[in-house]
Amino acid sequence: MSTRTLPLLFLNLGGEMLYILDQRLRAQSIPGEKARKVMNDIIATMFNKKFMEELFKPQELYSKKALRTVYDRLAHASIMRLNQASMDKLYDLMTMAFKYQVLLCPRPKDILLVTFNHLDAIKDFILDSPSILNQVDETFRQLIDTYGSLSDGEFQLIRQTLLIFFQDMHIRVSIFLKDKVQNSNGRFVLPTSGPVPWGTEVPGLIRIFNSKGDEIKRTEFVHGGNYLLPLREGSFDLYGDRVIKLGTNMYSISRPVETHMSGTAKNTASRIKENAAPNPLAKEELNFLARLMGGLEIKKPLGTEAGFRLNLFTTDEEEEYAALTRPEELSYQVVSIQADQDQERNEELSRIMEEFEVAEQPRQSTSKGADLLAMMDEL
Amino acid sequence: LPAKQLTHFATVHSGTVNMVSASADGLSLSHRQLQAKEGSLSVSTSFVTQAAWCVLPSRILLVLTSQKGIQMYEADGSIMVYWHALDASESSPGQAVFARGIAASGQRFVCVGTSLGHVLVFDIPGKGTNITLSEVLEEHQGAVTDIAAELREQPEGSIDLVTADDSGGLCAWRSGEEFQLVSKIPASGGSCSSVRLWNGVIVAGYGSGQIRLYEAASGTLRAEVAAHARWIYALDVAPLSGKLLSGAEDSFVAVWRLTCNPDTEGIEIRHCQTECVMDTQICGARFCDPEGRTFAVTGYDLSEIIRYAQL
Repeated sequence: MSTRTLPLLFLNLGGEMLYILDQRLRAQSIPGEKARKVMNDIIATMFNKKFMEELFKPQELYSKKALRTVYDRLAHASIMRLNQASMDKLYDLMTMAFKYQVLLCPRPKDILLVTFNHLDAIKDFILDSPSILNQVDETFRQLIDTYGSLSDGEFQLIRQTLLIFFQDMHIRVSIFLKDKVQNSNGRFVLPTSGPVPWGTEVPGLIRIFNSKGDEIKRTEFVHGGNYLLPLREGSFDLYGDRVIKLGTNMYSISRPVETHMSGTAKNTASRIKENAAPNPLAKEELNFLARLMGGLEIKKPLGTEAGFRLNLFTTDEEEEYAALTRPEELSYQVVSIQADQDQERNEELSRIMEEFEVAEQPRQSTSKGADLLAMMDEL
Repeated sequence: LPAKQLTHFATVHSGTVNMVSASADGLSLSHRQLQAKEGSLSVSTSFVTQAAWCVLPSRILLVLTSQKGIQMYEADGSIMVYWHALDASESSPGQAVFARGIAASGQRFVCVGTSLGHVLVFDIPGKGTNITLSEVLEEHQGAVTDIAAELREQPEGSIDLVTADDSGGLCAWRSGEEFQLVSKIPASGGSCSSVRLWNGVIVAGYGSGQIRLYEAASGTLRAEVAAHARWIYALDVAPLSGKLLSGAEDSFVAVWRLTCNPDTEGIEIRHCQTECVMDTQICGARFCDPEGRTFAVTGYDLSEIIRYAQL
């Protein structure tokens, strides 16, 4: 649908990723200096100039799997390593959080405010690096340039494109369940109270005019919801109060990152279908990945620097258990195995995978879990 | 259940609008996948923007609009009789290309809107596949969002087609060998997402949650309703009773009654009832009979069609 959707999808999912990583880095008591380095490295890679140029070119969205590969690479842009189970969980959390934000955003245009909330928070993550800060501001300006003049209709098309992307994803997230914004079936709760979107009236009034255009009658009716007028509109400037809270950081030490995996029957069936269908886009998608990731310049970490492994679960045992019990149809790797069967695609894919390898850290330098790293390599 | 509902829809010659629905690309759409659109399954490269049955005096066609073009099927979806591809090169880079807005008009025309703001008028023969593009109406500034027509017996020369666009502009037309623009309502108050025509009254639903009634001939505003808290996705009119149905992203679906007194020129709208479809952003709502005694709704991420009946 809309060819202007990818930058918003990428930046918001990236923002959610950084929130989660930040929280896990603290929870795992990673030394401050290392944690700062990880955040700075990932943000610098994410907002790389060449990469942003590719991203902002008008294009269709690609599959969840293709996009995941990009985040997989991004998460490994520094000295931190994530194994398969943690990466799966990270991606589930990111996507469900952004799905919630897209679904709930009051006006289609507010999707831009959600993005600004993410970028505002990302700027706070950057420590002592004016050049990275500058990169983010540059993207800010690009967003304002690209999206500032779009009409409501065009924003609605972007929003619909995002909603189609997230359709049939019903993973339950404990933080949402606790806050009662998600039901146990994985669907989000839609409030029928609170402020109406900016520019909308509180429903309940009918005004009748005569043929000369004079108002001749007013009647009220009961709408069923309990709405108020919004206080003010959020700021679409580089700095300002965005007013809406969607897209801000919802994690803290006291609100840890957790997911409940749910493969409901419906969900499972549709996923299998998606995976089984021959994908005419597979090749195009690989080209896209190659092009996009060409822009992801990953600095080779120095061999002397000690890396570490981040766990999205509370304990290593939990992580291993999740890796073993994850329903196969929820695995994001299914398609790459299929792609292997195709000779032509295979070459392209292994070329991309080789690029991954280059980015890999020398193995002996990891302090822990070399075997888990090996698992990563086998992807 | 959806399949059963689909049959039901087919028999009453109504249709469903399913904005987030998806279906197969290009020419390879099968009957089974037509049902898949009801189940909102996103599996392929081209998204279907709208599907509707077009009822002409001589035949009924099922028309689908998508990013790639326009597909016309026999009413049961078994045979595709016509395919019109959209030319992507006409639009500027970055602009999405799609067709949206479907209506049968006059004795033998089907009108379809495009993202360029054009309205394509197709001439449909009584039978066979010899469908031709007879006219292109270029009056809209923004992408066409919806088209509505009125097929009742009416005096010669009255308005029987209305088209709406993204910027909120409306155009009222008189169908015929050459379509004539009768009135043009300038854009105001955001995107007009849905439009209907009843007894010479234009009913328009907006992204802002408003419903407005206009006199089609003059373009005069006759009523303004703060109807919903979110984007209105669907409007439908039951032609025999003048009931109006509206569905929006605020999870509410409302039934209204329109009255039109030709002597006093009074046009009124009254609220009848509201139903809340819990936690569902409604994206399609239709009456199932011309009286408006039953209606069906569906929503985003919902694999069901919910049917309401008046007891």
